[in-house]
Amino acid sequence: MTISPADSDNYQQCPLEGIITLRSLNLYYTGFHALKEVNGAFQQQAITALIGPSGCGKSTLLRVLNRMNDLIEGVQITGEVIIDGENIYAPGTDLIQLRKKVGMVFQRPNPFPLSIYDNVVYGPRLHGRPPRRELENLMEHSLAAVQLWDEVKDRLKASALALTEEQQQRLCIARLLAVEPEILLMDEPCSALDPLATLRLEELMRELKKLYTIIIVTHNMQQAARVSDDTGFMYLGELVEFGETGQIFTRPKDVRTEDYITGKYG
Amino acid sequence: MDRGKFVERVLFLLALSSISSLVIITIFIFEEGLPLIFHTGLKDFIFSSHWAPTKGHFGIAAMIISSILVTLGAMVLGVPLGLACAIVLAEFCSERLRGLLKPTLELLAGIPSVVYGFLGVIWLVPLIRNYLGGPGLSLLAAAVILGIMILPTVISISIDALTAVPDVYRDGSIALGATQWQTVHRVVLPAASSGIITAVILGMGRAVGETMAVIMVAGNALKIPTSILDPVRTLTSNIALELGYAAGRHREALFATGIVLFVIIMILNLSATLLARRK
Repeated sequence: MTISPADSDNYQQCPLEGIITLRSLNLYYTGFHALKEVNGAFQQQAITALIGPSGCGKSTLLRVLNRMNDLIEGVQITGEVIIDGENIYAPGTDLIQLRKKVGMVFQRPNPFPLSIYDNVVYGPRLHGRPPRRELENLMEHSLAAVQLWDEVKDRLKASALALTEEQQQRLCIARLLAVEPEILLMDEPCSALDPLATLRLEELMRELKKLYTIIIVTHNMQQAARVSDDTGFMYLGELVEFGETGQIFTRPKDVRTEDYITGKYG
Repeated sequence: MDRGKFVERVLFLLALSSISSLVIITIFIFEEGLPLIFHTGLKDFIFSSHWAPTKGHFGIAAMIISSILVTLGAMVLGVPLGLACAIVLAEFCSERLRGLLKPTLELLAGIPSVVYGFLGVIWLVPLIRNYLGGPGLSLLAAAVILGIMILPTVISISIDALTAVPDVYRDGSIALGATQWQTVHRVVLPAASSGIITAVILGMGRAVGETMAVIMVAGNALKIPTSILDPVRTLTSNIALELGYAAGRHREALFATGIVLFVIIMILNLSATLLARRK
């Protein structure tokens, strides 16, 4: 690896504006420079995949977008993250509104140890006291959107922990849809699932992208190739290359991207 | 026999001796106390409040009621305080502050109970006498002192229960736009509930069994209390106060009181263990 960071800047082909725009984003974790001068723009109603070897900062970047890194002590961030025209790191940003707008699905399904019903209406209940009728509509709608309604409609009072891992992950997505977000962040959402369940979840993502903007972090390059419209390759905290998925996988411009997608490391 | 085997045997014997002491204590109090229960009848022993051991009346109902009331009072004061403290330490304060405060709170458990009693007599009893009336030595005084004494038990077991809740639940809730308090209240507490109930039950066991501090502040009058300012005598106090001069049936009656306490504590500890195992 002899290419200096300065050279790699030439390969950034990001559009300048998107629903999410990153400008000179740097993140330090108690002295460790975890994200380096990241610039980029993620498009609306598209799936953007972030790929790269473990520890390259892709999950960290994802957690920047709904400020989940705020929960970790010792994290410092410089630069701008503009979502819907507003810098979410500007002082006075309403984190609750931000996280309603930018929801997150985690690596391992994490339904709360409550009933299926209580899981789905958890978010709406946080943000108000909607009448029961409205809650039930919202719940049915959310579960139907992740194709879980038919499977669970007869046991809504059962514990969510009794579902299979795939159903649990769908439930977590339904729980998110119930707060009516615009952007879905998915942090390796299929890593706990078997290959068939993974394909079904990817099918769901394609369905969801008609209404939502999706950013997905994945270890699995085939998954990125199958499901995403744009792909960003990250390495050692840099967004090395960003562009249309087909181009990244067939004609990468940076040698590091090429080495990674051809399996020389990672 | 080689050295390793020998050491193993010795350790095994030592372990056995500590368990056998439990068995011996159990056999001993039952052997000493059961004849009296057969003599008086379990019903009269537990449900009569006429305690005049030198005249042959052995009813411990007043003491059972006093023990229950003192324990309940201690719970009413100690559980909300302890739980609030545990929530702050486990969920809201920084790692550094918790590292400082948790061992400090655990020191509370190391203070001898006679010191709690002493503080109660010097400071709390006059306060109650002057501001609320009555003799000061009272159900209320005992409940307050016990409420403080159970804090370390309630706090440290509740903290363990709260920190055992996986962070993915907290992340999931925060990511849905919950505040930290909403997250604690709606996800973390329900997830930790069995551990917290265990903490409460073990605190209860500690309150039922405490003797010295209670003798010093409760007033020890033999009657069913009608007000929280009345002096009371608990089961444990009665044993400690009278064993020194008891003989014959009287002595047996005190051991029988011990059986009642033993059964109460066993029930509490067993339910705590079962709850902790259920998860």
